[in-house]
Amino acid sequence: MSDLLEYVQDRYAYWAIVLLMIIGLYGMLFKNNLHKKVVGMIIFQNSMILLFVTAAFKWDATVPVRDPEIDVQVVENYLNPLPHTLMLTAIVVGVAIVGVAFALLIKIYDNYGTIEEDELLNKLESPSPEDDGDCDTNDTQRSSSPKGGSA
Amino acid sequence: MNHIPVLIPMVLLLASMFAVFGKRSQENYLPFLVALAGMGLSAVLSIIGMVHSVTEGPIHYHLGGWQPPMGIELILDPLSAFFCLMITLVAAVVLLHGEERVRIEVGDRIPAYYSSALMLVGGLTGIVLTGDLFNLYVFLEISSLASYALLATGRKPAAVSAFRYLILGTIGASLYLLGIGFLFMEVGSLNMTELAVMIPEVPVTAGIAAAAVLMVVGIGLKMALFPLHGWLPDAYTFASSPATTLVAPIGTKVAAYVLIRIFLFLFAIDFMKEGIQLTTIVGWMGAAGVVWGSVMAITQRDMKRMLAYSSVAQVGYIALGIGLANPLGLIGAVLHAFAHCFMKACLFMVQTNFLHRLGHYDIFRLDHRTRVAMPWTCAALAVASLSMIGLPPTIGFFSKWYLLLGCIEEGAWVFLAVLLLSTLLNAVYFFRVLEKVYLRSDGEAYDDHDEEADQATSSREVSAAMLYPTLVLAGSLLVLGFANAWIVTHFLQPMFPVW
Amino acid sequence: MSAYETYFSTVPFWAMIVSAVAVPLILAFGRKPNLREAVTLIAAVIKFVLVLTLLPDALAGRAGEWVLFEIAEGIDFSLRADPFGVFFALIASGLWILTSCYSIGYMRGHAEKKQTRYFASFALSLSATIGIAFSANLLTFIVFYELLTLATYPLVVHSESKKAIAAGRQYLAYALSAGLLMVAGMAWVYMATGTLEFTPGGILEEGMVSASGMKFLFVLFLIGVGVKSGIMPLHSWLPNAMVAPTPVSALLHAVAVVKSGAFGVVRVVGFVFGPEVMATYGLNIILAVASGTTIILASLIALQQTNLKRRLAYSTVGHLSYIALGASLLTAEGFIGGMMHISTHATMKITLFFCAGAIFVHTHKSDIRELDGIGRAMPWTLGAFTIGSLGLVGLPPVNGFISKWFLVSGGIEAQMWPLVVVLLLSGLLNAAYFFPIVHRAFFREGEKRADGRSVWEGVGEASPWMVVPLTLTGAMSVFFCFFPDLPLRFFTIATRVTQDIMGGGLPL
Repeated sequence: MSDLLEYVQDRYAYWAIVLLMIIGLYGMLFKNNLHKKVVGMIIFQNSMILLFVTAAFKWDATVPVRDPEIDVQVVENYLNPLPHTLMLTAIVVGVAIVGVAFALLIKIYDNYGTIEEDELLNKLESPSPEDDGDCDTNDTQRSSSPKGGSA
Repeated sequence: MNHIPVLIPMVLLLASMFAVFGKRSQENYLPFLVALAGMGLSAVLSIIGMVHSVTEGPIHYHLGGWQPPMGIELILDPLSAFFCLMITLVAAVVLLHGEERVRIEVGDRIPAYYSSALMLVGGLTGIVLTGDLFNLYVFLEISSLASYALLATGRKPAAVSAFRYLILGTIGASLYLLGIGFLFMEVGSLNMTELAVMIPEVPVTAGIAAAAVLMVVGIGLKMALFPLHGWLPDAYTFASSPATTLVAPIGTKVAAYVLIRIFLFLFAIDFMKEGIQLTTIVGWMGAAGVVWGSVMAITQRDMKRMLAYSSVAQVGYIALGIGLANPLGLIGAVLHAFAHCFMKACLFMVQTNFLHRLGHYDIFRLDHRTRVAMPWTCAALAVASLSMIGLPPTIGFFSKWYLLLGCIEEGAWVFLAVLLLSTLLNAVYFFRVLEKVYLRSDGEAYDDHDEEADQATSSREVSAAMLYPTLVLAGSLLVLGFANAWIVTHFLQPMFPVW
Repeated sequence: MSAYETYFSTVPFWAMIVSAVAVPLILAFGRKPNLREAVTLIAAVIKFVLVLTLLPDALAGRAGEWVLFEIAEGIDFSLRADPFGVFFALIASGLWILTSCYSIGYMRGHAEKKQTRYFASFALSLSATIGIAFSANLLTFIVFYELLTLATYPLVVHSESKKAIAAGRQYLAYALSAGLLMVAGMAWVYMATGTLEFTPGGILEEGMVSASGMKFLFVLFLIGVGVKSGIMPLHSWLPNAMVAPTPVSALLHAVAVVKSGAFGVVRVVGFVFGPEVMATYGLNIILAVASGTTIILASLIALQQTNLKRRLAYSTVGHLSYIALGASLLTAEGFIGGMMHISTHATMKITLFFCAGAIFVHTHKSDIRELDGIGRAMPWTLGAFTIGSLGLVGLPPVNGFISKWFLVSGGIEAQMWPLVVVLLLSGLLNAAYFFPIVHRAFFREGEKRADGRSVWEGVGEASPWMVVPLTLTGAMSVFFCFFPDLPLRFFTIATRVTQDIMGGGLPL
């Protein structure tokens, strides 16, 4: 029992990350509200970022900025700089994705007046697929060709 | 000369930044010209790079002058140069073809559309060229972002399907990132060349295996590998036709190419095959996808959705080739990625032409008058369909030929049977369309003057700007078919030494 | 195992491509029928002459070859005019000239629609057929084999009726599946041997594939070529494809398409597997059982048909298996008989189809029961029909006798008595389904009209465009019985090819 506790204790940061990841995934897949899906997505992405940062962490080491006081040759003195820089990029990527996601949400709301998934599905299914398949909202003059209608 | 690897994606991404400025108007041609120029320039650079890499060996470019373990490396070898050329060429042709439709379907968002298109292609070339796993993630997300935006154009449900794609795509990318994280923790590098050397030397741990699995699942989501393909049919069907034509041929193929690189160059293929048997799993997923996609395609009456399901099947072929994990299977997989890129672009163009002239692409409503009105478009449809079915001498036959050879070498009889069966299924859903277009479907008797009258009054072929790209791609299927041995010997075999 | 001495020659390529080049011209002249038909005829003559120029070298055991390019890693796309290829090409291209004349008469007499598409597809089919004949390896073979399927599809669905479209679907389903299985078989052979070149005596050797694998492989190939050559139970597309216009049935479903299947059988047996492997693994028994059953069953079914073209179609199914049966005997005489039957059946069956077409176009009768007394109205047509029937039964003085003679003596030599019985029985059955037609035509009174005159009164021969070709093919059938070796040296070539396949001298 104490072994297990120790195992969990030693890696508590990772367990927190796993928890975040699961929360995020749950939000993305099972939440009905699309906005909450985006929130889940943000949590999920951030858990990845935390994972990298945690993995690069060392006790008693300093930030990866060179300090003349601290010997740069001793690896233990500094954190690994690479994951941090990578995660800066990953954060930017994540922000961009969230931006696009919100833009899409606005478009969905404009089109259907709702961002609840079940209501959306109802609205998507209501027009018959054929009508949906061959007309084009922006293309009314062209689609009224004599060929198309007569068959 | 040595800057070519970075120039190819950079030109596109810079052009993307320029294209976004400008008036939001249907009459604004500037973004289109910028996009075309960007693609053209990149294509030319790819050709130069290809020639250079074939004659003088691959170019390794270190971004900012930082050496590989620290800095990011871009590699231009014959295969990646060839892929770049394929991406930029097909994209340029597709843009040329879609210009008229974009003005109709996208309306006044033209600058944003072309900017996204350039970003997509820039991201994809970056994926192909990069030698760094994390850089690959960044490029993957750049191209994905652009394709979310592109696939959201079009009819009303497009936004919903694009959103679903965004959620699933983000999960895929994050899992890939998680995989990189594990790999970095276990091995301590992100450079692909270096990793390829280091991975066999470190003891195989659960971490490495997990990294492999996570990366494969992540990329599998992006390439719509069955059963991770759920986002694809809706996204392709509801998006505006030019956007689908742009994203469908190249998007999933590049993801497939990444998968091949992960299997082949990153992890030792033996490890993937014997150690964790991931190749077998991917192969079976591919085989299931081939059957599922083909069967679903048969049941569709919406031509766009049929093509979308056929994409799921075609991605399955590539995965099946990877699953064989022998040189012939891998050659077949890469060649099929090429082949499918050209075929699917051509078919989506045909579908766009139908929409443009007939106002619909409902298979049940196509009939022989379609052919009378649009003889050349229908001819392109016929050639592309034959290639999809896999009849000689089109490229579609030869990619399947290498896959078959791979199956036999591996003794994978089930995969062999799947390949044969799926060819028949492909024949069913393509001949179904061809029969409608080329034969009078109602079987009524002939009226003598009917045909003449039809021809005289209604030669309604699409404009040259839409027709020629379609024909060029259809012709390229035959050319590629005849040139397949050249492609294999010059670009693929150096990568997968066989004989 | 003597491979042929090859030399560089572009002639096989030109012979193959000439009719394909004619296709755009035919399409371009779609509105000028005379010019369009002239193109067809000129292409046909050029093609025949080109093939003919290859004959002397083929007789000398030299094969003109052109390796065009590498079509797949390690496999060339090459055309080689080896004796067997020249043999088949001569038959197909020679009969194309006659069929073209006949087509002109038929299509105009029948006022068919879409004649341009018809002539274009026909020309393309001939390119594919010659391509099949001159293919130097299996991959080239399959390219033309699939092309032939596609080129003939528009001909099968020509009338665009529901029935024709259904027949077209069936044809495609059969032919494409067969092609696929053959591709799979090819891939297997390639992995086992590292080559796909047609080599007299076979490229497979004992032990390259396990015994059960060898059987499976042979079945793959057998299905691949068996669909086109109508081996039961893969034959059912052929009678249904008779909805096509009669010249199509005549040239394609009696000569080009089905014979390329039969040609494929001989290629597979003699040039891929080889007699030794066939004998060692008992593969010839599979082939013999399949073809023997087909011969008898097809003849029995033919007896029940009342539609003239369908009866001819089932007769074709039966006779194609003669060729396969000849190959399965694995004796010199069996091979000679099988190969000779390719040529003899071609002239005889094309005559019969020409006659059926002439009767149909001229009198609009296709049912055998309606033909009472027609012989007096159309003596030349029915005379030719009689010759063809005699030949298919295997009686002298028609060339069918020659091939059957060799087949039977080959069967005796191989001591395969059941097959000898099959051949003789099938002769009787052939007589049973052909002679009643002849009897009705010449010895029965035609129906009477209301005014007491015969329905045939005032009905003369069909247009000379049709009668001349069918008379010619009928005359050829007789001529080749007396002079099987003149003027095209069919017999010499068949002997030569057999020698190459069997290796060593001939017991003749």
